[in-house]
Amino acid sequence: MIQTENLKKSYGNIAALRGISLNIQPGELFGLIGPDGAGKTTLIRILATLLLADEGAAELDHKDVVADYRAIRRSIGYMPGRFSLYQDLTVEENLTFFATIFGTTIEENYELIREIYVQLEPFKDRRAGKLSGGMKQKLALCCALIHKPTVLLLDEPTTGVDPVSRQEFWEMLQRLKAKNITILVSTPYMDEASLCDRVALIQEGEILQVDTPGNIVDSYDKPLLAVKTADMYQLIQDLRQFEPAHTVFPFGEYVHLSLKSPVWPELIHGYLLDKGHTGVEIKRAEPTIEDLFMEKSLS
Amino acid sequence: MNHAITAQNLTKRFGDFTAVDAISFEVEKGEIFGFLGANGAGKTTAMRMLTGLSRPTDGQATVAGYDVYREPEQIKRRIGYMSQKFSLYEDLKVRENIRFYGGIYGLPRKQVRQETDRLIEELGMSEFANSLVAGIPLGWRQKLAFSIAILHRPAIVFLDEPTGGVDPVTRRQFWEMIYKAADEGTTVFVTTHYMDEAEYCNRVSIMVEGRIAALDTPKAMKASFGVETMNEVFLQLTRPESS
Repeated sequence: MIQTENLKKSYGNIAALRGISLNIQPGELFGLIGPDGAGKTTLIRILATLLLADEGAAELDHKDVVADYRAIRRSIGYMPGRFSLYQDLTVEENLTFFATIFGTTIEENYELIREIYVQLEPFKDRRAGKLSGGMKQKLALCCALIHKPTVLLLDEPTTGVDPVSRQEFWEMLQRLKAKNITILVSTPYMDEASLCDRVALIQEGEILQVDTPGNIVDSYDKPLLAVKTADMYQLIQDLRQFEPAHTVFPFGEYVHLSLKSPVWPELIHGYLLDKGHTGVEIKRAEPTIEDLFMEKSLS
Repeated sequence: MNHAITAQNLTKRFGDFTAVDAISFEVEKGEIFGFLGANGAGKTTAMRMLTGLSRPTDGQATVAGYDVYREPEQIKRRIGYMSQKFSLYEDLKVRENIRFYGGIYGLPRKQVRQETDRLIEELGMSEFANSLVAGIPLGWRQKLAFSIAILHRPAIVFLDEPTGGVDPVTRRQFWEMIYKAADEGTTVFVTTHYMDEAEYCNRVSIMVEGRIAALDTPKAMKASFGVETMNEVFLQLTRPESS
């Protein structure tokens, strides 16, 4: 449904995309996961026909982003990262505006947005600028959907949104996916990867890996332990000096210690006791997308 | 002084809307304290009262031993502040930002010069020292902003959603800097609505509709809700009907 071939884009001497090739299937909920500055917005803007690539090609539903841009604009829904509805129009006026631009009406495609719009309806006469963050995001999604697109391009829809609204937003995406809409969603939050069918990990304009979240986590190939003592700061310093250590990263209340090769936990335990640590706790850790992302980005 | 921050029935009303509704808590010296809540739960209002920027409607609070009603200027001199949204002047160079904030905090010129060199060296930023902040990568900016926020060795540093959008390696380097500051005795007060950030804190409080709905170590909180992650704790507290 979405294909890109060696896309490259630079701004002056900063390379934003360094050759991106992706193949997204119809009906897929596909996550583009990477930190700020990785190239996520540039890629989405090229696919939305708002930006020209320097090199390479991209197609949406077999239509070329350059030659067939008009056709593509009719068939995609795009939600930019920055809230870009009309702040001084009401909720209903914004939605009517976007429906009219695409030559349709709210009534015609109401079914598609019904579940989301019912939550907004009590505020339909409120100006968009006066909505809460979660409500703005729902309105933006309704406006992106009102012409019944086949592909949704969502640029960081959950950035700056609280956990409750984030969860609701992902539940909405699952329901849209069930209606056979192909969804490309970008996010800097690694924990959202598990909510996608497949993800591409992206950093500094390059794709590190593309796979299902499960396969990505399974591809982590170093022994990984979670370690905790009473003094976290000292623990990090001491583990870095531990000869068998490969990487040492704080991970919430534990430190994730990856090893060059397996060693007995008793050895680590003894090493930490010798360094004067108390309250030592060592257990096997399940690798997360973040562990893998860090491993890939360091190598 | 035993506590870095104390609050008793701290309240802020705007007209007939109660943004912060009689919250009480204490933060210990050298603690990393996470201050969580959904958008609109009252976090920012509470933090503005604690940083001496907004006068409470009711209740008591002290920060670094000073009273928020009577001694807000004393408080401002003893705290540092950093937010992701605004921390540094983008059209000043790295070196100029450090000098500027050193001046704002009233450090002597000689000390500012020494601190500038030390900071650039410690952060490994010599290649960027004379670059405009606008041109340096986000991760570096965040680390620099934190270092500047503790340049004047404040008793307490307030971090307002510090690490959103940063790559995972840099984010961890950032948390290591926080651990180091706490290890050296600085109290760290972090607001965030990203729950994985909460897991790095010694204790966290969760605000719901102006009140503190829970306050404990992340571990104890997860155990008492019988869940694996802080995200689940948060969802249960703020959306009880769906759990």
